[in-house]
Amino acid sequence: MSILLEVRDLQTAYGSSQVLFNLSLQIHQGQVATLLGRNGMGKTTTVRSILGLTPARSGLIVFAGQRIEALPPEQIAARGVTVVPEGRQIFPNLTVRENLVAFAANRNQSAEPWTLQRVYQLFPRLQERQHNLGNQLSGGEQQMLAIGRALMTNPRLLILDEATEGLAPLLREEIWRCLRLLKDSGQTILVIDKYVERLIALADQHTILERGRVVWQGNSHTLKDQPELWKRYLSV
Amino acid sequence: MPPTLFLEQILNGVQFGLMLFLLAAGLTLVFGIMDMINLAHGSLYMIGAYLTATFVGLTGVFWLGVLLAVVGTALIGMLLELTILRQLYKRDHLSQVLATFALILIINEVVRIIWGPQPLLLSAPEGLSGPIEILPGLNYSAFRLTIIVVGLIVAVALLLLVNYTRAGMWLRAGASNREMAQAMGVPIKPLFTLLFGVGAALCAIAGAFLGPILAVQVGMGESILILAFVVIVIGGIGSIKGALVGALLVGIVDTAGRAFLPMLLSQVASPEVASNLGPALASILIYLLMAVVLFLKPQGLFPART
Repeated sequence: MSILLEVRDLQTAYGSSQVLFNLSLQIHQGQVATLLGRNGMGKTTTVRSILGLTPARSGLIVFAGQRIEALPPEQIAARGVTVVPEGRQIFPNLTVRENLVAFAANRNQSAEPWTLQRVYQLFPRLQERQHNLGNQLSGGEQQMLAIGRALMTNPRLLILDEATEGLAPLLREEIWRCLRLLKDSGQTILVIDKYVERLIALADQHTILERGRVVWQGNSHTLKDQPELWKRYLSV
Repeated sequence: MPPTLFLEQILNGVQFGLMLFLLAAGLTLVFGIMDMINLAHGSLYMIGAYLTATFVGLTGVFWLGVLLAVVGTALIGMLLELTILRQLYKRDHLSQVLATFALILIINEVVRIIWGPQPLLLSAPEGLSGPIEILPGLNYSAFRLTIIVVGLIVAVALLLLVNYTRAGMWLRAGASNREMAQAMGVPIKPLFTLLFGVGAALCAIAGAFLGPILAVQVGMGESILILAFVVIVIGGIGSIKGALVGALLVGIVDTAGRAFLPMLLSQVASPEVASNLGPALASILIYLLMAVVLFLKPQGLFPART
């Protein structure tokens, strides 16, 4: 399996306060990888660096064989990295339909790309509300919209930052079901979430962050057998 | 008060409001998306008026002159964005105000060097110089009526562009959350150069049609720029719909206030007091309007960020 994303010795800072220290990770084509760790350990900052929103101070980010760490966010997006961001951040002044079609593309040149119709099939609720503005949706609907909006770009790498946060249990299950479906379709995914057991069942590769450093990396099997890791770094 | 006079003043207000909208549309998008205060926006209005006067003089055909001026001003606007304004996006508001104020002074001086200190003569096209009877007993200037029609056409075209095209969705997305729009792949730099071009073209249209009514002179951009800022604050920064509603409100309140306040005051006060107080009150009326709107809706009537 080829490597889709490689982060090597990433250092990122906000002004003078450094957040990430020599962070390295790899994601293979078709894999689901996770970033784990307590709040404030650098997970979202890692995502922001990959997306080009908070550019790396030093280190390499290689995506599909090309360096992207110095590119502006829109060019990184155009190469096929799309995020379902923390807090959803759907566009409140665009309708549901506009949120979906405004950025539609086929960035991974898929033979069976995500279309408006397929997204509506996945989340029928969005079709019912397609003419509503983004800010008229419930939290769960916003989350579906954020995922649908990302899928419409047909990303090569889909990043989900706390996609189940603040959702009712039933809606959370809906999101997990959707992630499983995406994985089975071969979508490469980087996911950040708090539900370790669900992630062990879903993902292949895990990276635990502590104060901006990688403290553990391994596969689901190993993580499952080491609950002391969960206690120590994830306060589960 | 005769109803025809009332109607005429309302039409004048709509006409002025539509031209204000053309100025405010570009300003509100630039301010809304890039968080950039561009005081030199009014200078593009002035350049548009001067170019119109020049091209109309050269070609002898009003509409051809307007077309050339609109294209020319759009090119100048894009050139300004590519060379100078682009450097200012990441600076704070104070730097933007200082730099674009400097641009106002420089552009005013350049215009004075090229065209001289005297105001230019730009007259309405001959066929439109007289009045026409739009209702029995109501004669209205054909040129002002033309301005209303042109303003409406441009306003509708702009609303269609912003509401029904992909570039329009990108602009609205950028106005509410620029970072997320970029992360979704919106090519913000070329979009912005284009936006400046369109904004400058709209300024030029306003300059071309207000030129014959007001005056084509150095400094004409500054007085109207303040009104344009009032418009976008009332309408909600970043909102095209807000700019349209705000511009019509400001245009009508300003025009009607100037026409009717002295008249109304003379009913309750001595003629001397009324003639002194009336114009003074009229000129603060739009600021009162702004204060009331901001008191009720601090984000403006149609906020882009919610």
